[in-house]
Amino acid sequence: MKKSWWKVLTVIILVYVVAGGLLFDVPRLHLLNETIRALYFHVPMWFGMIILLTASAVFSIRYLQTGQNEFDTRAIEFANVGIAFGAFGILTGMLWAQFTWGQWWSGDPKQNASAIALLIYFAYFVLRGSLEDADQRARISAVYNIFAFAALIPLLFILPRLTDSLHPGNGGNPGFNAYDLDSRLRMTFYPAVVGWTLLGIWITSVRIRIRRLFLNQEI
Amino acid sequence: MSYLFNVKQLLSFVVKEIRLEWRSRYAINGIVLYLISTIFICYLSFNVRSDALNPVIWNVLFWIIILFSLVNAVAKSFIQETEGSFLYLYWTHSPQTLIVGRTIYNGLLMLILGSVGFVIYSLVLGNPVQDLLIFFLVIVLGTLGLSFTMTMVSAIASKARNSNTLMAILSFPIVLPMLLMIIKISKNAISGVERAASLDDFLVLGAINALVGAASYLLFPYLWRS
Repeated sequence: MKKSWWKVLTVIILVYVVAGGLLFDVPRLHLLNETIRALYFHVPMWFGMIILLTASAVFSIRYLQTGQNEFDTRAIEFANVGIAFGAFGILTGMLWAQFTWGQWWSGDPKQNASAIALLIYFAYFVLRGSLEDADQRARISAVYNIFAFAALIPLLFILPRLTDSLHPGNGGNPGFNAYDLDSRLRMTFYPAVVGWTLLGIWITSVRIRIRRLFLNQEI
Repeated sequence: MSYLFNVKQLLSFVVKEIRLEWRSRYAINGIVLYLISTIFICYLSFNVRSDALNPVIWNVLFWIIILFSLVNAVAKSFIQETEGSFLYLYWTHSPQTLIVGRTIYNGLLMLILGSVGFVIYSLVLGNPVQDLLIFFLVIVLGTLGLSFTMTMVSAIASKARNSNTLMAILSFPIVLPMLLMIIKISKNAISGVERAASLDDFLVLGAINALVGAASYLLFPYLWRS
């Protein structure tokens, strides 16, 4: 039980976030109305994705330093779950956009950038699939993972600031203070980020254990 | 493994690559012909008089043609390495020399290719560019940046099966941010926007180039050892 306190915490936070996110009072803003609640579900997906992908890149670096398979297993699973978060981020974003912008996909720079980000990581999975030798697969995909992460940074953080976008917080600065987050929103938003990220780490740790079992079985 | 490399060795490596290329002229001829035929196909398919193409389409088409020629040209740099030359390079050169040398060589090749492509392209499809200096600068920075990325990706793809498909899959999404910046600046150059307006974009393009260049310099030794 000692080690699982954070899992209990995750469940408590997420119950609070889902209940609070749907029930608490939110500010009425023109056009946004109730869709402002997407802040508790859509935005934390992106935070979670970036944190998980960063962890994946860090484990790839650790793999190149040490050559231990354990780090490779962690890198691939963090990337897997990170991309799942990214896919949910795009889906929730599209749902939100459908109500506020009137279209599921309107070619907004942010939508395009996130689609490209997913493409980069799909290429990473294809690369893993096409390498047969286990050692070689681990090393080469670690190199590509780090390279891809370096290419992702300008995509997600620099380019959106240079173009105009309809996305909240744009027109110069895509910070998440766009809603002028009042304290009512903050009370659910910050726990939401923590809760969803913890959930991602939890799923990842389970997947890592499953993969470890498969690896042991092969040997 | 030392991160230093010998400048002399690097220079001699680049000169050796150029000499090898010049002796056979197989790759450069092939790739120039590839470029010319692609341009010609586009020209005949659009079937328009010179200068009649919309500047936006003109711009995007030019860069797409350059991108595809680049993928084909750079793909040969590591993928077509034979076992023997691979072992020779492995024993005689440090990986840093190799990646920097290959990148410089590919950069030069692409620079020539880009310029030749631009001349032929504007010959048959007209030339709406108002600020030629800026456009040429974009060609220089753009082809250099693209070949930085492509050289590294071709080294990665060369280790896998079906490496030619993999080359395109791996490089296109990574290259996209760079390509978007390039197209943006060259659009400015075509419509003759004030030069100061492009300065920021140039800085971003340079920063992306530096980032990708640094990443491939640091990562290549790990790839090479396998």
